[in-house]
Amino acid sequence: MRKIVMPGDLIAKNPKVAGHGTYVEGGKVYAKYLGLLDKTDTSVRVIPLKGRYIPFPGDVVIGIVREVTANGWVVDIYSPYRAFLPISEYPENAIKNRKVNEILDIGDAIIAKVLNIDPKMKVTLTMKDRVCKPVRVGRVIAINPARVPRVIGKKGSMIKLLKSELGIQIVVGQNGLIWINGDRKKVSIAEEAIYIIEEEAHTEGLTDRITEFIKNKKGEDKNGEAKADS
Amino acid sequence: MEKPKLIVDGKRLDGRGFEELRPIKIEVGVLKRADGSCYLEMGKNKIIAAVYGPREVHPRHLQDPSKAVIRYRYNMAPFSVEERKKPGPDRRSVEISKVSREALEPVIMKELFPRSGIDVFVEVLQADAGTRTACLNAASVALIDAGVMMKGIVTAVAVAKVDGQIVLDPMKEEDFYGEADMPVAFLIRNDQIESIALLQMDGRMTVEEVKKGIELAKKGAMEIYRMQREAVMKKYVKEEE
Repeated sequence: MRKIVMPGDLIAKNPKVAGHGTYVEGGKVYAKYLGLLDKTDTSVRVIPLKGRYIPFPGDVVIGIVREVTANGWVVDIYSPYRAFLPISEYPENAIKNRKVNEILDIGDAIIAKVLNIDPKMKVTLTMKDRVCKPVRVGRVIAINPARVPRVIGKKGSMIKLLKSELGIQIVVGQNGLIWINGDRKKVSIAEEAIYIIEEEAHTEGLTDRITEFIKNKKGEDKNGEAKADS
Repeated sequence: MEKPKLIVDGKRLDGRGFEELRPIKIEVGVLKRADGSCYLEMGKNKIIAAVYGPREVHPRHLQDPSKAVIRYRYNMAPFSVEERKKPGPDRRSVEISKVSREALEPVIMKELFPRSGIDVFVEVLQADAGTRTACLNAASVALIDAGVMMKGIVTAVAVAKVDGQIVLDPMKEEDFYGEADMPVAFLIRNDQIESIALLQMDGRMTVEEVKKGIELAKKGAMEIYRMQREAVMKKYVKEEE
């Protein structure tokens, strides 16, 4: 089990190994926030247990349109900063002579990618990517953004498990918003499973427990249907 | 009312020794909607703290393009003291908010979140002397719980001079009838006291007494620091089971 560290804890004496969640002062490496210590010979980092999403270029995020302007949309990406999606970053062939508010309106959810962040922390989004699209169907749920890596799993193992076991579409935004689409009962199972992952993110053997959980749930549903038929 | 005897047979009114803290209880993550929260009891003091952010700052003109702004609100509930306290900010609570904010500002890594804001709210539910120090302790635990980036942990404790004796963590009677009291906050990093984040004094003490008081406060602060850490650990270890 990994050690829990708190801000200001000395975690290494070699400034060269300092990674995410650490800061260097006087040639020593300290933890920057509450998290789990991940220490190897070549690097030291702190995996956060909590905290807001900080945008990073290239991240896939799910956002909600909050404002429509003449040349784009102001999008809430559940971070300390509002993001801007210019109309020039919306796929041209999908515009089809429509007005800005006819393409996306206030309250619409979108899957987008972070294009750029300037030093003033002005975030620009793009939708010119295969995964990007406006969300018209399905369900969007929110989790703690620090737990996103566990929902995705090692090289996407957890997400693959959910997709193959339930046969549904899932897109995980780095900002902790997750889009699920498919059969309603299966989406509900996925939602519950994701909440379990969020709760138990820092425990061992999670993948096995989730497999078990989904099997049980699917079994329950089948029994329920059989009863309803008879 | 006449001043009672505060020290009887080398013990304080509540039976504590001179260098003894009041019992402390800390609970982390008590508010679901806040990013970080903490409930703290220090003797008869009952404090609740909530931290939000980093988040967008409203109104906009308060934003700082180079760093995050920190807002700290200390508030006493009308029922927190024997005589009803008029609700709303007054001279005292505005001052406490300001000095507490200034104690936390150098600890929080504000430069990492330009244009954003971190809001800290502390509410005193029941007061029994030393509320500003108890509030700071609660606030720093809530900040850790919120995952805010910090250089270390702030821990505060008060010392007082009663009947010519320097004592740790005064309670209401000692604060009221004592000669002087001095709240001190420290920045603690890696189990070591790095600097003083806040120091105030009400009353008079000699240079020697102040020095002795600070040494005493350091000892008390280290004890509280360990309890703060333990409280945060407990939350996550519990989740693990």
